[in-house]
Amino acid sequence: MESSCSTNQMYDLRAAATVPPFYQKLQAAGLFPLMSTGLSTLQVNVGRTCNMSCKHCHMDAGPDRTESMSRETISQCLGVLRGTNISTLDITGGAPELNPYLPWFIEEAVKLGRQVIVRTNLTVLDADNYACFAEFYAAHQVELIASLPYYREKNTDRQRGEGVFSASVRVLKRLNKLGYGLEQDKLRLNLVYNPGGAFLPPVQHALEADFRRELMRRHGVAFNRLFTITNVPAGRFLGFLQNSGNLEKYLERLSDAFNPAAAAGVMCRNQISAGWDGRLYDCDFNQALGLPCAPEVPGHIQDFDWASLKKRPIMLGDHCYACTAGFGSSCGGAVVKG
Amino acid sequence: MDSYYNPADLARFPSVGEDAPELWEKFMSYYTAVFQEGALSAREKALIALAVAHALQCPYCIDAYTRDVLEKGADREQMTEAVHVAAAIRSGATLVHGVQMKNVADKLGF
Repeated sequence: MESSCSTNQMYDLRAAATVPPFYQKLQAAGLFPLMSTGLSTLQVNVGRTCNMSCKHCHMDAGPDRTESMSRETISQCLGVLRGTNISTLDITGGAPELNPYLPWFIEEAVKLGRQVIVRTNLTVLDADNYACFAEFYAAHQVELIASLPYYREKNTDRQRGEGVFSASVRVLKRLNKLGYGLEQDKLRLNLVYNPGGAFLPPVQHALEADFRRELMRRHGVAFNRLFTITNVPAGRFLGFLQNSGNLEKYLERLSDAFNPAAAAGVMCRNQISAGWDGRLYDCDFNQALGLPCAPEVPGHIQDFDWASLKKRPIMLGDHCYACTAGFGSSCGGAVVKG
Repeated sequence: MDSYYNPADLARFPSVGEDAPELWEKFMSYYTAVFQEGALSAREKALIALAVAHALQCPYCIDAYTRDVLEKGADREQMTEAVHVAAAIRSGATLVHGVQMKNVADKLGF
């Protein structure tokens, strides 16, 4: 479904764009309206509070943000898991660890037999008050997806802040000691690369080989998979594009690299995203832009309706060019093989 | 014409083929084949291209291949080293001609 530039950020994107509206690109590829094809993942953003302020953050998360999911809303998310056969709970933020109810959320979801993923920024696990989460995650077999934009310090710190790389490596070594990242079938530790600016990510498997070789050689760090994720023009990254005069060219780059195969496999077709206040979105990026699910389906986790949500029209905007460019981009990395 | 070099002209590169389409197609076919993954990786080839672009001082090529190597996963340290390779070869090539200067001077002098 085409959105009508319902938010300021979406209006800014359309105003700057020299490319056709995204839905027209999908129409030409025979994919419009884009419909969901199932519902296997509940992604929950437990808050926008973060110990970091990364330049690429689409959520504009940071230490000054106070939005945090309440126990009542988490309870409603657990109710959805209990009442459906959604197999995966994917917890994101902000820094999820800064939500005081996170341990309880994970414990209850594990009791329900669901696969639990936490997207961690690593550095929060280097702080004394939160270091114990590493052992907690291991004890509950939580899959970790960790941001690490590059295997060298300078690139990582330029994007995420001074000292971030060395803190991340310290935490990765601890996670390895706990058994994370060493075997394919348990205690999975996946890393996330995203470009350090207004350009597309490289071929995932080629960069994964570089990360594996260099992190082991330089730091003795192991991991399972590397996911390459395209920067989405929203939040702090959109501000960077506007302030640096890159927005128009970046949208052109994304549009020129539009890949129908990637569009057909986008993550929003198989998941639903709950915001810190319980509102429902097609993905975390729509959440960042304030673009809720289509009006004909429930808009809040308390009204969750499996039947209608698993066959809903996806809400689209020009930011969607990011997930459909090149090899595609999703919370699990590239969508098509390079 | 305000400037001999205009960034927008990079996108107009294909227009060079308008008056000689067969030659253009042969060039493009060759160009595309050169940059395919082969004995060298696509990233290695892009870094070579970036270095050559600097040696040739082609602003269009520097623009295009800076983005290209970033999109192939290289970082600024690798890119800067590639530019130094170009600079070293250029300066070395200048200096080695000093031998020619010496040869001529030796011949002319006592």
